[in-house]
Amino acid sequence: MADVKITIIDRQGLKHEVDAPTDMNMNLMEIVRSYELAPEGTIGICGGMAMCASCQCYVLSNHELPEMSYDEDLMLSEAFNVKENSRLGCQIFIKEELDGLQVELAPEV
Amino acid sequence: MIKTDILIIGAGPTGLFTVFEAGLLKLKCHLIDALPQAGGQCTEIYPKKPIYDIPGFPEVLAGELVKNLMKQIEPFQPGFTLGERADTIEKLEDGSFIVTTDKGTKHHAPIVAIAGGLGSFEPRKPPITNLSDYEDKGVEYIIRDPEMYRDKNVVISGGGDSALDWSIFLTDVAKSVTLIHRRNEFRGALDSVEKVQELKNLGKIELITPAEVIGLVGTNTLEEVVIKQGAEVFNRECNHFIPLFGLSPKLGPIADWGLEIEKNAIKVDNTLDYQTNIPGIYAIGDVNTYPGKLKLILCGFHEATLMCQSAYQRIFPDKRYVMKYTTVGGVEGFDGSKKEAPKAIVKSID
Repeated sequence: MADVKITIIDRQGLKHEVDAPTDMNMNLMEIVRSYELAPEGTIGICGGMAMCASCQCYVLSNHELPEMSYDEDLMLSEAFNVKENSRLGCQIFIKEELDGLQVELAPEV
Repeated sequence: MIKTDILIIGAGPTGLFTVFEAGLLKLKCHLIDALPQAGGQCTEIYPKKPIYDIPGFPEVLAGELVKNLMKQIEPFQPGFTLGERADTIEKLEDGSFIVTTDKGTKHHAPIVAIAGGLGSFEPRKPPITNLSDYEDKGVEYIIRDPEMYRDKNVVISGGGDSALDWSIFLTDVAKSVTLIHRRNEFRGALDSVEKVQELKNLGKIELITPAEVIGLVGTNTLEEVVIKQGAEVFNRECNHFIPLFGLSPKLGPIADWGLEIEKNAIKVDNTLDYQTNIPGIYAIGDVNTYPGKLKLILCGFHEATLMCQSAYQRIFPDKRYVMKYTTVGGVEGFDGSKKEAPKAIVKSID
């Protein structure tokens, strides 16, 4: 399986185009951590269980994303700086259809 | 002054297991944790989540793991300072340390083991611009004394268990309780949600959903909150605003203890014993970093075990010791209990 290209705008506004593997069941939060685009301890605090919202991001491209689970939806209902295009990075798993995905990390709270 | 052999900062799984390994070496432990209960993230964030990579447990709930650890360390009678955050550290001439909490409790020990995970849990504050102006002047993030809300108008926001539970509790104390949440759905336990529904029907709780508090008004103390509901913005008189949006870990005061910090974690110079740049202070579990570090509970257990051996050597530099298996030495508690393998019964056949 091929890697996909993902564009991530970090919390300082810097744009990074990264290669994300599709064969390791990785999610967007883990991609951000693997490229160290946000300091450790400020993202993925709960480990990826949709229980902390530290990986909140804004989806900028028009990709069709996995449907929001009940847990993710309710976590976002308690998170801050939430916009219409907010998602939790830990709930977006990297698949071939996400090639070209563009996201921006939400501010740290 | 609380005196102990190993002062452990952080009562998560790694901190708790340290008590066991130290106990085998006859070292006493005391733990400090900012949360009111032991267990760290396992209890605070995901008690009902199953963990699958604890050796020997095909599956164990995080809350159960903590319960088991508490049982395992019971014979070693650990002390606890809970609900207090370790704030300052002072090194004495003899190389021992005094750690003082935010409430002024002092602890004295020759060894400090920081097992603080991602840090101490601090309340998550909603992004309202003048929020800090009203802190302790009507805005509280933690309810310490419910009596202070007697006959007052209270606005609570949040959608989890603590927002629901405190709304329910304060109906008997406060003059009025208003609960504001961005959704109509709540994340809390079903019976709490139902109870709030019942109190709403009785007119004891005013529920404003989907809505959020976007501003605060008041000359010296809080007088009103500004609420946004859909396109509508309106003010509501209140004496107290309590945002309950859960807790988030911050490294906090430990970052100022002169320890080498890298990636929001404490750098340990080797993986022999996880000692920090300050001799006598160790960092174990999720709070430390070294090349190849993995933030796993099982790694924390390993680190705690090696750290205790090193701590023993530091306290007793002239004593010889070799590690003993529990299958051989059993577990001798400080409470006088003794667990050991049952002796084989020898019986001859005539």
